[in-house]
Amino acid sequence: MTVAAAPLSGAVAAPDALPVLSVEGLTVSVRTEHGLRPLVRDLSFHVNRGETLAIAGESGSGKSLTSLAIMGLLPFPAVRATAGRIRLGATDLTALPEAQMRRIRGDRIAMIFQEPMSSLNPVLTIGTQLIEAICAHQDVSPSAAQTAALAALTSVRLSHPKRRMAQYPHELSGGMRQRVMIAMALALRPEVLIADEPTTALDVTVQREVLDLLRDLQRDLGTAIILITHDMGVVAEMADRVIVMKSGAMVEQAPVGSLFKAPAKAYTRDLLAAVPRMGQRIERPEPTTAPPVARLQDVIVRFPLKGGLFGRTVQQVHAVEKVSFDIRRGETFALVGESGCGKSTIAKAMVGLVPHQGSITLAGQTLSGLNRDQMKAVRRRVQMVFQDPMAALNPRKTAGDLIAEPLLIHDIGTPDDRRNAAADLMRRVGLSNDQLDRYPHEFSGGQRQRICIARALALKPDLIIADESVSALDVSVQARVLNLLRELQQELGLAYLFISHDMAVVDNISDRVAVMYLGQIVEMGSRAQVFSNPQHPYTQRLIEAVPVPDPAHIRPPGVRLSGDIPSPLYPAGSGPAPVVLQDIGGGHLVAQSWTR
Amino acid sequence: MAAFLFRRLMQSALILLGVSFITFVLLYVLPADPVRQIAGRAATAQTVENIRQQLGLDQPFVVQYGRYLLALVQGDLGRSYLQKTEVVDLILSRLPATLLLMMAGISAELVLGLSMGIAAALMRGRLGDQVLMMMSFVTVSAPQFVVSLLMLYVFAVKLGWFPIGGYGTAAHLVLPALTLGILGSGWYSRMMRSSMIEVLRADYIRTARAKGLGRARVVLRHALPNAVLPIIAMIGIDIGIFMGGIVVVESVFGWPGIGQLAWQAIQRVDIPIIMGVTLVSALAIVIGNLLADLIAPFIDPRIRLR
Repeated sequence: MTVAAAPLSGAVAAPDALPVLSVEGLTVSVRTEHGLRPLVRDLSFHVNRGETLAIAGESGSGKSLTSLAIMGLLPFPAVRATAGRIRLGATDLTALPEAQMRRIRGDRIAMIFQEPMSSLNPVLTIGTQLIEAICAHQDVSPSAAQTAALAALTSVRLSHPKRRMAQYPHELSGGMRQRVMIAMALALRPEVLIADEPTTALDVTVQREVLDLLRDLQRDLGTAIILITHDMGVVAEMADRVIVMKSGAMVEQAPVGSLFKAPAKAYTRDLLAAVPRMGQRIERPEPTTAPPVARLQDVIVRFPLKGGLFGRTVQQVHAVEKVSFDIRRGETFALVGESGCGKSTIAKAMVGLVPHQGSITLAGQTLSGLNRDQMKAVRRRVQMVFQDPMAALNPRKTAGDLIAEPLLIHDIGTPDDRRNAAADLMRRVGLSNDQLDRYPHEFSGGQRQRICIARALALKPDLIIADESVSALDVSVQARVLNLLRELQQELGLAYLFISHDMAVVDNISDRVAVMYLGQIVEMGSRAQVFSNPQHPYTQRLIEAVPVPDPAHIRPPGVRLSGDIPSPLYPAGSGPAPVVLQDIGGGHLVAQSWTR
Repeated sequence: MAAFLFRRLMQSALILLGVSFITFVLLYVLPADPVRQIAGRAATAQTVENIRQQLGLDQPFVVQYGRYLLALVQGDLGRSYLQKTEVVDLILSRLPATLLLMMAGISAELVLGLSMGIAAALMRGRLGDQVLMMMSFVTVSAPQFVVSLLMLYVFAVKLGWFPIGGYGTAAHLVLPALTLGILGSGWYSRMMRSSMIEVLRADYIRTARAKGLGRARVVLRHALPNAVLPIIAMIGIDIGIFMGGIVVVESVFGWPGIGQLAWQAIQRVDIPIIMGVTLVSALAIVIGNLLADLIAPFIDPRIRLR
């Protein structure tokens, strides 16, 4: 290994012909009561120096287990590699005792994980965590390790690297933490970097920065990257070669170009077909001129932070600032924006879960003046579907009871009526009646989300608020759930408030779109207006950042994205500059004044 | 920080006021008559009545409590009925012994409990884990006086390693502190085990291992500070239970602390002492909780006191 004190750039050798890492016949099994059950079966692949190999697949395909097997971090003894070899150069990793494997981990093979929020130790400073990674493998003086750590932080283009060393993880944003993870992984210049869903938990613009960074560092260092991801857009942008996995086995292995152009296997074709793409023109019915089912006027939501001797409000989080929009009957209105922009807070305000100022009108009733009973009546008109169906379903209730519960709460019908209604709803969302008495854990993720949708339909609402409802689903499942939502809309004339960070999905399902930034709407209009003719720089930045699932796509050499979104926290009494929306024609509203 | 301390001290004063009131009510409605204890069996009705008047025990409850509070804010806990000395002096003379035993006892239960908990978490599901958890179950459920007497019998009487009772040298401290430690360890080992198991599953532990850190560093540097956080809050709460144990242990080992003082006072219905010891114990619990809150930010930088 090279001296850690050297900066992370410099000499690059041409990719060698010899693979850096090769896996032959790897089988990973879990110990069950009935003996060993394989989770990864007979997997073989290799990766060369300077090459990026993507392992793509949906949840349960065994891609993460494969990476843990390479790292020797499988949850032994329950899960272990039962057959096959993993060779790093000439070393057989499967035969190494733990003490020697430890010396390879972090030094010759490094790994970065999906959740930057939880992957760094909250009680240790960034500097401590970086330095210990270096000291674990190199016999260097504390000051040399310090210098090397600082160089690593600089190389991942983190602002104020010196100050970051003394900071704790919670003081950094998600994107910054993922950079720290990358700095830590690459500080010792490993031969192989395993990146397990490195950008899945990040906002799209941050994802773009991190992907750019990974590619640049790979070019400088010649590291072989094994990229594990479910996102075919990321695969198309990053990979040289792709392995598609399904239920623990390899389906197909091909160079990225030919895989996207001519997938050999049916599964790969289906997977690629299910990927939402921007610019696909899906036929939508003409918008009606019916009165709106929801109208928001100058809605403000602020959360006070109390402090001082008598618990006065010292600061306020300006979560939503003077937001106004209508949702018409039968249309899909999408709110897009990155985490913390206030899109979910709007949803909560609309169902009365957080207090608001301004006026929210649902089904002709203004929320602020309502008493308990009137509020309950209005709640029937608006239902919600959340992101994580497992968390949204009480695990001790059957599907039938869960779906019928809104009817019970609003005291509608007899027990038999309710059960029949639940059975109807189950069929309507594509589940069968004999599943009524099953519990949530007996369903798959997509089926659980169907149950949530059926529950939202039980009260025959005018409006369903779908808050990131398809974000946690695999693409093939996601496509089917989106289809279901479209069908239900046509049959029942439902309106959706579709909240999402995923621009491609929004482009596929929405009629009108509002882009939110720091609690305010900066651009709003029909889907065509916003996506084909984005005016606000933030909208352009969001659209630009989306990975395109096409390796032939060449990104215009625009400005590299950088910087974090500022905080919506203001001292009491002050606030952000108000955004003024101006109609630039055909109802396309764009913010005229923005501060960057 | 200053605002936090100010608010907490105000709350503490309220808590102590509440404790004084409840204890006073309980002692007031107690069927045992302290005056009879003082006067002795042979006393005439007239003598009893005189003593009652002297002590002000013939006054209505409100007057009695009001007088007590008035004295309390001046730092006066009253005079012992039987020992005829100031309760403040009695408690102050015995407080150092109790504080010493508390420090030693809490250290012992933490060292025993935390190390057992960590060991059990690392051996999770295996024989060692089961043995340790069985032991913790026994120590949690064993009566305090039984463990105290057993320790006394085995290590002082039979083996003669330590003095049978008393106060003065380090050797005198070992058995009572160890007894308190064993009694409290079961609780802490269970807490620590589950906290540790949860932390060992955390993503940052996987990161630490992926860096190639050794097992000892992963457990001690990465897991331990995170696992011990919920335990620190528990120490504050535990001091209440601990004070109960100290009364028994001090009595069994003849340790001249306030626990022993309380025990004797309860037997003789010496109300001022019982009140005084109760208030001092409550104060200890309040201070313990405050200390736990003040320590937490040093371990977890995310915690800020405001």
